[in-house]
Amino acid sequence: MIKVQNLTKDYGHLRAVDNISFTIPKNGIIGILGPNGAGKTTTLKMMTCFMPPTEGTVFVDEKNIYQNSVEIRKMIGYLPEGCPIYTEMNVVDFLYFIAELRDIPKSNVDRRVKEMIDSCGLEEVVGKEIGELSKGYRQRVGLAAALIHDPEILILDEPTSGLDPNQIAEIRSLIKRLGKEKTVLVSTHILSEVEAICERVIIIDRGKIVADASLEEIQSSFHNQNRIYFEIQSKKDADILPEFEAIEGVESLQLFSKHEDEMITKFFINYSKDMDIRPALYNFIKKNKDWTILEMRTEQHSLEDIFRQLTEKGEEVAHA
Amino acid sequence: MHNIITLAKREIKSYFFTPVAYILISVFLLITGWFFGSELFLVNEASMRNIFSLTPLIFIFFIPAVTMRSISEEKRSGTIELICTSPVKDSQIVLGKFFAAFSLLVATIFSTIIYVIILLILGKPDGGVIVAGYIGLLFMGSAYAAIGIFASTISKNQIVSFIVSFFIIMILYLLDKFMYFIPTWLGSILQYISVDYHFQNIARGVIDSRDIIYYLSLIFVFLFFAWNSLTKRKYLST
Repeated sequence: MIKVQNLTKDYGHLRAVDNISFTIPKNGIIGILGPNGAGKTTTLKMMTCFMPPTEGTVFVDEKNIYQNSVEIRKMIGYLPEGCPIYTEMNVVDFLYFIAELRDIPKSNVDRRVKEMIDSCGLEEVVGKEIGELSKGYRQRVGLAAALIHDPEILILDEPTSGLDPNQIAEIRSLIKRLGKEKTVLVSTHILSEVEAICERVIIIDRGKIVADASLEEIQSSFHNQNRIYFEIQSKKDADILPEFEAIEGVESLQLFSKHEDEMITKFFINYSKDMDIRPALYNFIKKNKDWTILEMRTEQHSLEDIFRQLTEKGEEVAHA
Repeated sequence: MHNIITLAKREIKSYFFTPVAYILISVFLLITGWFFGSELFLVNEASMRNIFSLTPLIFIFFIPAVTMRSISEEKRSGTIELICTSPVKDSQIVLGKFFAAFSLLVATIFSTIIYVIILLILGKPDGGVIVAGYIGLLFMGSAYAAIGIFASTISKNQIVSFIVSFFIIMILYLLDKFMYFIPTWLGSILQYISVDYHFQNIARGVIDSRDIIYYLSLIFVFLFFAWNSLTKRKYLST
């Protein structure tokens, strides 16, 4: 459906987007994830024909952003960052304005506006001035404007930023519903958002793609090393860490904290995925009568860890 | 054409939903009213000459105040992204903004029609001169508006837009006011570029194609600059 090819954007000397390529199939929700200033918004602005790339191109259904800009814009519904709308207009006037701008046939306009008011939950604020609305409602008006021409592709730039948890949940469920029949591209820097709604995630850092895979793939690829967290109380000696090194399969130990008074040691054990060392660990600790296990749990790499690892790697390279 | 009308309609509505239009028209009527009254009752003359010679000066402040927000406000609030990602051409955006400003201009100019009615009741004014004066005002106002639209594409800041358009219009207005100090050959060139010279020609009651062409080319050139400056986002940062 969408094919992004070697997309590059320079702002003066700053390269905001650096040779990005990816393809997006029809239907489904794809998340573009990255820290602030990673180039997400710039990428989306180029895809929506707001500004052209320095190099590279975007195809939407074989149409090119250079030659078929107007046709592509017709296919896309776009919610820009911060949801800019005319604050002095009232909700209905605004929707009619967008409907006219989007060339919706006159006979359909009334119906479409009504549908948008229903599906985006705007009944209560219909006659109100947009400037008076809460941020959540404003975001919904923006979403209604992006959806009014029933686009095949929906591009949402940080759709939930600045909303309270209830509003976030509402917008997310709306996006999820839309993802069933449309291609939805959501940019965000909130990881839980990606986990909640996206099927596939493209992680961007410093203008480059650092990961592009389904959510499960990304999580499982980071699971080749497993990790166990231990909290052990010792009766004699708090310095128990070295003893674990002898156990077969242990790759590394990492001290989390040590409380000398109560003789409690908290630490992580990293071991390889090929071998389950948990029985061996249990037997080892059982042998030592001085130790009491206060807590033992396997640690999953959360998306947050993965994200941090992926985006900090670049920083090390940059500093080197 | 359809898009231009849609955009212009929204803009006109926003002039009238916010106090902008009302304040501007009231101020305009207040100033012209004072001069009209003094001419009619003190000098005892049934003519609009005072108003027609004064309005070009008032418009130097007035038109930039109308146009300063047209595109800068869209840039500041980000709504420019909303319309630029709709299937609308940049040239249509510029023309939509221009026609909106033009409509407000027409409303303002024709709010003074009350003076003409008063003149018709009280005396026998020269109809031809008055009609020509109105035509001149429309052309001159439109040229100012085109300059204002261009200035509002330059910056996100309305004040900057106001000052830039004020400055350009001021220069064009003053060009033929320094005729004593400059050589004749240069003087005739400057006179031809000056906005006021052409207006005074028309206001005298002579509608010459040269004056009309002058205003039309001024409008075209500045709308082209505006389009160019709006499209620039595609090549530069911001």
